[in-house]
Amino acid sequence: MKKSIYFDYAATTPIDPKVLKAMMPYLEKKYGNTASMHQCGRIVNDALTESRKTVSRSIMAKFSETYFTASATESNNTVIKGVAWANQDKGKHIIISSIEHDCILNSAKWLEKQGWEITQLKVDENGLIDLDQLKKSIRPDTVLVSIIHASNEVGTIQNITEIGKICRKKNVYFHTDASQSYGKIVIDVNKSNIDLLTASSHKIYGPKGAALLYVRHGVKIESLLHGGGHENGLRSSTVNVPAIVGFARAVEIYQQERKKEAKRLTALRDKLTKGILENIKGSQLNGHPTQRLSNNVNISFDKVEGESILMMLDMEGIAVSTGSACASASLEPSHVLLAMGISVELAHSSIRFSLGRWTTEKEIEQVILVLPKIIKKLRKISPFKN
Amino acid sequence: MQYSPKVLKHFRDPQNIGQIDSPDGVGEIGNVVCGDVMKLYIKVEANAKGEEIIKDIKFETYGCAAAIATSSAITDLAIGKTIDYALSLNYNSVVKYLDGLPPIKIHCSLLSVDALVMAIYNYLQENKKPISAELEKRHQRILKKAACKNKSLF
Repeated sequence: MKKSIYFDYAATTPIDPKVLKAMMPYLEKKYGNTASMHQCGRIVNDALTESRKTVSRSIMAKFSETYFTASATESNNTVIKGVAWANQDKGKHIIISSIEHDCILNSAKWLEKQGWEITQLKVDENGLIDLDQLKKSIRPDTVLVSIIHASNEVGTIQNITEIGKICRKKNVYFHTDASQSYGKIVIDVNKSNIDLLTASSHKIYGPKGAALLYVRHGVKIESLLHGGGHENGLRSSTVNVPAIVGFARAVEIYQQERKKEAKRLTALRDKLTKGILENIKGSQLNGHPTQRLSNNVNISFDKVEGESILMMLDMEGIAVSTGSACASASLEPSHVLLAMGISVELAHSSIRFSLGRWTTEKEIEQVILVLPKIIKKLRKISPFKN
Repeated sequence: MQYSPKVLKHFRDPQNIGQIDSPDGVGEIGNVVCGDVMKLYIKVEANAKGEEIIKDIKFETYGCAAAIATSSAITDLAIGKTIDYALSLNYNSVVKYLDGLPPIKIHCSLLSVDALVMAIYNYLQENKKPISAELEKRHQRILKKAACKNKSLF
């Protein structure tokens, strides 16, 4: 097998060695349960406290507004179902965008079956929601607006401060799924009037199994997991201290590296985009040309199917992802690309490259070298001749 | 979802790619919206025993790795064989030949079989040769279902 080149940091990131080092004591000697009163428990509870301080400060949140869950999916499920459940006296209407991650979309769809009403905001061809449509969609019975901060597929960054302002003025809770943006973009929950926020550890070089759920004081939310009352009663479960310690360490590293890393990745991202668009006819960039994540490149290739591109790249040791139906469990093409008005054909042919901390210029050059040959080969097999 | 080494081999080095000049039969199936289109060309000749055999077969496919591998597989399975034998091939023959397919990709094998059936039907029809009731039924079934519906068969 060839040396692998990883371009799927948006799916998950490897653990930073510094993170692993911080976690090790809690996997070995410091194994206590944070709920135990004895010394063994107190030691790990102290670590949990320190981790919570670090993570809460990273978004300017209060310590007691910061909860740990096991995944962004769990945080998002808790927000959608928990806020819906706890605010039924106000109403049963929720607004989301049409480009949310499946865990928001499917939670909302599930609520719809239980009698809630869901409004899905349209996006423009760059993936941005229309703020006027948002304003018009908020009703007296609207309990929550949930908009993804940066798209996991095309990297488009929403104007969350503007969205927050509208929601605050209309007195409706605003949640943002910041799974892809957290760490990369500075977020201040107060400045942006964010009431609830989701972020994840394994997207920022922390371990899997830890995520953030921010809930502003005063927000009414019901718990999904009832039990021993951990996380201030919002999320019962024995606390996964090693993962949370790792998460907090990953946050610290990002705070030091953010500026430098964003600059480096943006340059690499633009080099990759330019290299592909210039060398491959019939290719187009999906998502916002500038208002996008520093590490996201999403490109469609006319008349070639995305999964076959992915598999050919995989054979070259290059890992990417695709919005093609053929690569999804549902055999449906990416709902995000379709919502942006991209044709089904081009959605099938989309490839996402997501760059990260260990992406090198050489790797970018390697892709620019092999990808044109792959597209050429697949077009040769294809019945559609260009 | 994991592909077998044989699927990957056929995907990497597909057999019998391209077109046949003045083919005796052409079968086309699927559409771009569904994510896969297969076009199959055949050349028919009589062998020493006087049976009609598929002398040459070529394909062009737009689609995923499984779509390309199953196209390649069906051409391998049918080349040099009698028309009767070719018509006896089914999706199981393709799946078996490829050492299995992920369940969600089984429909690709059916598409490749359907493309072959369409090419043979086209040949028989063009040459005003008798078409069995069974083949007529298969042909109608293929025409009837929209290409996307193939996916819901499994």
